[in-house]
Amino acid sequence: MAKIHVDGNTYEVNGADNLLQACLSLGLDIPYFCWHPALDSVGACRQCAVKQYKDADDKNGRLVMSCMTPASDNTYISIADDEAKEFRETIVSLLMTNHPHDCPVCEEGGHCHLQDMTVMTGHHSRDYRFTKRTHQNQYLGPFIGHEMNRCISCYRCVRYYRDYAGGKDLGVFGSAANVYFGRETEGVLESEFSGNLTEVCPTGVFTDKTHSERYTRKWDMQFAPAICTGCAVGCNISPGERYGEVRRIENRYHSELNGYFLCDRGRFGYGHANLKNRPTHALVREGDSFVTKHRGEGVNLGAQLLKSGKTVIGIGSPRASLEANHALRSLVGAGNFYSGASAQDASLTALCLKVLREGPVPAATIKRIDQADAVLVLGEDTLGTAARVALALRQAARGKLQTMSTEKKVPDWQAASAADIAQHELNPLFIATPMATKLDEIAAATLRADADGLAALGNAVAHALDASAPAVSADADTAALAQRIADTLKAAKKPLIVSGTGCGSAAVIEAAANVAYALAKLNAETAISLAVPEANSLGLAMFGAPDLDAALARLNGQEAVVLVLENDLSRRASASALDAAFAQSTVIAIDHQQTATTATAALVLPAASFAEGDGTWVNFEGRAQRSFQTYDPAYYDRHVATQESWRWIAQLRTALGQPAWSKLDEVIADAEAAIPALKGIAQAAPNAEFRIDGAKLARAPQRQSGRTAARANIFVHEPKATQDPDSPLAFSMEGINSTHAVERPAALIPFAWSPGWNSPSAWNKFQAEVGGAMKGGDSGVHLFRHNGAAPYFPLRAAGQDGLRLLPLHQHFGSEELSAKAAPIQERTAQAYVAINVADAQRLGIEHQSQTRVEFGDYSLSLPAKVRVDLPAGSVGLPAGLAGIPPLVAGAAVRLGKGG
Amino acid sequence: MSLRSATDPNYQKPLTRLIDVAAGPLGLAGYEAEGGYRALKTAVKELQPQDIQARVKDANLRGRGGAGFPTGIKWSLIPMGPDAGAKYLVCNADEMEPGTFKDRLLMEQAPHQLVEAMATAAYAIGAQTGYIFLRGEYVVAAERLNRAIDEAKAAGYLGKNILGGAWSFELYVHTGAGRYICGEETALINSLEGRRANPRAKPPFPQIAGLWGRPTIVNNVETLCNIPHIVLNGADWFKGLNQGKSKDGGTKLYGCSGRANKPGVWELPIGTSARELLEVHAGGMRGGKKLKAWLPGGASTDFLLPEHLDLAMDFDTIAKAGSRMGTGLITVVAEDQSMVSAVRNLEEFFARESCGWCTPCRDGLPWSVKLLRAIERGEGVPEDIDHLAKLTRWLGPGKTFCAHAPGAMEPLQSALKYFRAEFEAGLAVNHIPKEGDACILPDHGEGPKAAYAKERMKWVNA
Repeated sequence: MAKIHVDGNTYEVNGADNLLQACLSLGLDIPYFCWHPALDSVGACRQCAVKQYKDADDKNGRLVMSCMTPASDNTYISIADDEAKEFRETIVSLLMTNHPHDCPVCEEGGHCHLQDMTVMTGHHSRDYRFTKRTHQNQYLGPFIGHEMNRCISCYRCVRYYRDYAGGKDLGVFGSAANVYFGRETEGVLESEFSGNLTEVCPTGVFTDKTHSERYTRKWDMQFAPAICTGCAVGCNISPGERYGEVRRIENRYHSELNGYFLCDRGRFGYGHANLKNRPTHALVREGDSFVTKHRGEGVNLGAQLLKSGKTVIGIGSPRASLEANHALRSLVGAGNFYSGASAQDASLTALCLKVLREGPVPAATIKRIDQADAVLVLGEDTLGTAARVALALRQAARGKLQTMSTEKKVPDWQAASAADIAQHELNPLFIATPMATKLDEIAAATLRADADGLAALGNAVAHALDASAPAVSADADTAALAQRIADTLKAAKKPLIVSGTGCGSAAVIEAAANVAYALAKLNAETAISLAVPEANSLGLAMFGAPDLDAALARLNGQEAVVLVLENDLSRRASASALDAAFAQSTVIAIDHQQTATTATAALVLPAASFAEGDGTWVNFEGRAQRSFQTYDPAYYDRHVATQESWRWIAQLRTALGQPAWSKLDEVIADAEAAIPALKGIAQAAPNAEFRIDGAKLARAPQRQSGRTAARANIFVHEPKATQDPDSPLAFSMEGINSTHAVERPAALIPFAWSPGWNSPSAWNKFQAEVGGAMKGGDSGVHLFRHNGAAPYFPLRAAGQDGLRLLPLHQHFGSEELSAKAAPIQERTAQAYVAINVADAQRLGIEHQSQTRVEFGDYSLSLPAKVRVDLPAGSVGLPAGLAGIPPLVAGAAVRLGKGG
Repeated sequence: MSLRSATDPNYQKPLTRLIDVAAGPLGLAGYEAEGGYRALKTAVKELQPQDIQARVKDANLRGRGGAGFPTGIKWSLIPMGPDAGAKYLVCNADEMEPGTFKDRLLMEQAPHQLVEAMATAAYAIGAQTGYIFLRGEYVVAAERLNRAIDEAKAAGYLGKNILGGAWSFELYVHTGAGRYICGEETALINSLEGRRANPRAKPPFPQIAGLWGRPTIVNNVETLCNIPHIVLNGADWFKGLNQGKSKDGGTKLYGCSGRANKPGVWELPIGTSARELLEVHAGGMRGGKKLKAWLPGGASTDFLLPEHLDLAMDFDTIAKAGSRMGTGLITVVAEDQSMVSAVRNLEEFFARESCGWCTPCRDGLPWSVKLLRAIERGEGVPEDIDHLAKLTRWLGPGKTFCAHAPGAMEPLQSALKYFRAEFEAGLAVNHIPKEGDACILPDHGEGPKAAYAKERMKWVNA
């Protein structure tokens, strides 16, 4: 800690910070542009100038850039000094010489850091009377709009895109007053994290194109604290809604998880919630078509079906909330509830849960991954399965910059100096995966192998770390690499092992666990990160329910009523297996999407999308997080029957004469009581009774013009806002909006706003230390902790020979819901088959030739990608893409020439 | 045998004593015959690196690139010893300061002197690799330096195990792509690394983390060329070269450009007066015009007046007069030349050469150019002069990321100080259009000021 003196007041601050960060953390406002809590200081914009004095007696002082000056003990500064103020105003006036002042038509307007800083400095009249420099804009793909004339050349975009995210196709060109931030030529931005440019850019150069198409000002939207369902990382998001449509997704800061950044799948994959073909009414099958029914009719018909006397089973879903799954389980009874995950997904996820819950190594948060100083990635291409992890692994590698600059006594927030010192030095990242990954370019070493080879490497590393770990016979190259990895991990302060269900191998996960277990004996700071298939896979695994294959075996073509919860079974089991099992079944499908399963149902009940319902999700580290409803669709159309799945089930129970829940908190309490593993989920967020000063918390920003009709597109007369019995949040702008209420929990902050801070920079105001934890602590609750010790997993017998299936998880297109969003589809590859070059030569298959791929019941014709990086015997198929049936990793495949 | 050094028997002009422009530069044999590479031999065979560092420090050699930083102090910050690892010596030969052409002479006419100087300096700081970062337009210098390097390498003065000792040193010429900012040592390093030529944040200074993140010394051509002579003749000899004209030691390459009769560059005792430069060496003002103002050492120095001509041209004396000696090559402005136009010309250069990194420089310099153009055309408004003055303040030292903009403001602020009336004459309200002036109105914008000017035009025409 250090004492600093600001305008005559003395404060305690973190002496390791720079003055800007220290002052912002104190709640003192200093305008800034090039600095960003995740990108640190470079001193380019000169906006954050303050007057620094030598000591208490110095009356002259000199201007310094607060971002470039350490907050060392006994520093005397003035923010209010006249010269400093005039200089800061001058800087904005200089930035404005080329800015087009097109705020009325700019998507950034109303949540623009440049607007906020301009007001903060008091710059209000234009002195510049000459022409402005203009630029050509570029097409950058379906996600990002480009308006270079608004650029104030703060360099944040390239610092984020290139330095932080490792992108290569966005750069700075030109010089002097003609610097240009864009691509060398027009084209789709390649990075899977490009969307963060929209928030990193302090003005409207890079804007969210998906939002532009359905543009609404920030103050006209309604928001909620929500959890991304794009994968199991559980990034915190802030969806914005207007007139019953999701308009955009913004990052919702969480210091342990997403920090300031989301992946593009998560940010731009919300289109499924706006699809016009979503079921919005109860749909009752009549012959080959559906008839629309009211909610009550749907409930009654459902209750009749359930009462029919036939066997009733429930199939849950890893993409549905804990509450929905629990409701279904309690309706059908634990003995009739099935998780809805495929046997392979379920068993691998259960194995991950076992490792995390029973093993001696904690599950890494994203922040912990950022901090790792040596990493072994075994089997997982995280870009496809847990993309935010891939971005964090880049930070782990870049951690070397901080180490090296600290050695040279340069503060770690001096971003440019750190890069000058460390040059291309990186912390060691070992990547052993079946196929090349984008992270290979920053790896210390890579290994390409099939599951057996990867497991052998992992176990060899474990044995090299601890002789009591199972010994494995490995070839000389593998043994040497294993020794090198072991030595590196051993020397690290914060080693990390990354694996997961991605390559479909229990042996790989067990080998990764063995490495972590062995390392944990030497270093208590060891952590592990395991990617699991879907947003709530881990939560569902905690139910301990049998899987989908067990459900199909039980059905076995017999008469039954099957309640399928938010699950497209056609993505998880082969058509023939489903047809055979469901031959005599009556299906009630509760879902918010039209799927192959809803198409076969007798009754479809429209469920809430992530934006329309509340629920709890358990992420890949076992953190339960509550996602809150953004809007009520019935407010715009009272005929809409859409509601949370658990509400449908509650109403079915009522219709069946069973006691039922009426509020979310009751379902949660019931779930905790019924399933001990879920104990604690109530603490994921405050319950519906929570109030601040007796008031609920507003979902919408305040509009100083007074209340604006939320249904103005329909009629200006406004009915009473929907009352929310499930959460402490209020629909519309009524309620608490204060950033200063320290008791405001992070789980209840729908959007970033604070007086004078309309842009995402307003997160500053919610953080205890800027860039650090939230004032009330970060949200979510860990449902389990790692254990003291666990035995090593024994070695497994090698897999079978011959051509074997390998699912390839794609960032765009592999995840079911985001794949329905049009801009994601634009980025999704066409289906293909990846074949090892030796296999291809043996079979006479040429690159890009149409190839016959046969496995199980399926016979596909796909263009071949002949690859040198794919191990012999592995046949890669992009999971989840159109034209690709459900895949079982390791299944036998036959390949042949031609279509 | 006619030795070129015979023209300087007393060794008073060490840097140029071997230069004979008409005859061209000496090759290796000629250079050796004149005593070339003796300093390197002495250094490698007889002296420890620390000895050379001590000599340079004692000589109080100050950097000849313009800033005058003591070379010995710069060198003393570099880590020495067996664990110091890879180190670099970089010669700043990106001579792009307007009105400055001294390093060109040294490189084109005495390439071996620089090669020997770099090898000797590299030995003193323990560098294994050196780069001459050369202004791209200096094609002749590149050719001659490369030839000299090849010859020196063949003779064992460069390369592995120099002169049979343990120390090795490779030297490369790297030609720049034409950016003034590459003269800033950290921008130069970035450019050398293949990155954008933006200056770096300091600390760390290059001595600690420079090229490729390794300890690096960047010295100007003229600075380096002094090293062999200091090694051979010692600190006291060097100090005495000033002939008592300055506190600083050595000679200095001075020059003169602009409206002088005989522009040129001359090696003279440091502290020689600008009057001597202009009146004796440059033959006075062309056409008998009177001197209006002069820049002491490049475009990024404050204008001085005729009354300052008798000051000693050294770092401290010129600084006391409110300017900087800079490179020491003066630029003279004649009485009939417009100060507004002169400054506009300079600011156009500086605005173009900004790297674009920090706001005041990137956006402030173009603003100053537009203001100056307006005033130059007689289209200024009264606030324009205030804005120019404001820019000189807010683009000044400490406000910007590097010294580029503060340097750019020096001629502007001094012109405003000494010649404000010329600027005021360029305001539309004061401007008397001449018969036949087609357009004195702003070519864009019709604000109240322009309307006022239009009204005044009517009055003038009536």
